[in-house]
Amino acid sequence: MTFIAMATGFMLILIGLYGALTNRNIMRMIVSFTIANTGVNLVLVAVGYMRGRTAPILDEAVPVGEAAARIIDPVPQALVLTAIVIGLGITALMLAYTYKLYQTKGTLDISKCRELKW
Amino acid sequence: MIRSVFVLLLLTALGSLFAALLLNYIPATELGLTARYYAENTAKDVGATNLVTAIIVTYRGLDTLGEVTVLFLTAAIVGLVLAQGRRRQKADLGKMPPSGELLQTGNKLLTPLILLLGVYVFVNGHLTPGGGFQGGAILASASLLLLLTNPLRRFSHRFIARVESISGMTYVAIGVLGIIYAGGFLDNRILPLGTLGELFSAGAIPVIYSLVGLKVGAEFSSMLVNLAETEEL
Repeated sequence: MTFIAMATGFMLILIGLYGALTNRNIMRMIVSFTIANTGVNLVLVAVGYMRGRTAPILDEAVPVGEAAARIIDPVPQALVLTAIVIGLGITALMLAYTYKLYQTKGTLDISKCRELKW
Repeated sequence: MIRSVFVLLLLTALGSLFAALLLNYIPATELGLTARYYAENTAKDVGATNLVTAIIVTYRGLDTLGEVTVLFLTAAIVGLVLAQGRRRQKADLGKMPPSGELLQTGNKLLTPLILLLGVYVFVNGHLTPGGGFQGGAILASASLLLLLTNPLRRFSHRFIARVESISGMTYVAIGVLGIIYAGGFLDNRILPLGTLGELFSAGAIPVIYSLVGLKVGAEFSSMLVNLAETEEL
């Protein structure tokens, strides 16, 4: 289970990087970055998984006294929650800048943006 | 050509790195030191049943404040960058074909329910899976539905900004109250911890997470609205 989730996460990172490096269209690059971001989150969550344990919520299945033996690691989940929110912020920023770039240049092709190229 | 070779080389290198990581990964069978501390002490120290919420809101509350600040900055920058695009307005109102009957009726039925679900998710953040960020995203999805039904709908920026700034300031004020009345900044024990597992328990966590939910919902909505207002006709 951990293995599958981690392998999928790493695959998603590679797919996303491949897309971001080979596509010339900025919108497609943003989609690729989002995919890579999802992959990173998946790997992080998979690190916290432990076989035969349950979610870190105390209830009938997880009495307070036995919590340490029954739950999976809550720390990666908290980190991923942060990462998802920041990822969304980054995506929104990229979209906003893309819109401005399109307004000034009239194109979404990144190879046409040569100002910083040497 | 050379570029794609480089890309392939880079990806192969990264892929072999990942493969090495993956194949040598040994899943932990015991909780780490930090996680065990959280598992053993959350119930009596924080009083929340959802450990992830306890970590996010109390143990690492400062972190979450920073995260909310980052989100606020993002929303502000999106608004700033897209602000000039808002000049042309209202001229072409009414040229859009109406959205379908299904979407309009569904919108009227679903928007209140979605808002209710969002509020439920962040009010119960300390008991069930969910919390401020998830609930806020659900709230923002209601405004997304409104925008889908009528892309030219204009939301009150002032209202969104008010909700956001008031909840943000109350969040910080509760944190400062924690310094005065309890153990430190953002300590949740300024309110009684109550019975484990009840709605009014876990001290200030439901209050803080509700504020975070409102703030996140307002920020996401303002991003959506700003992006939607770039719509040209």
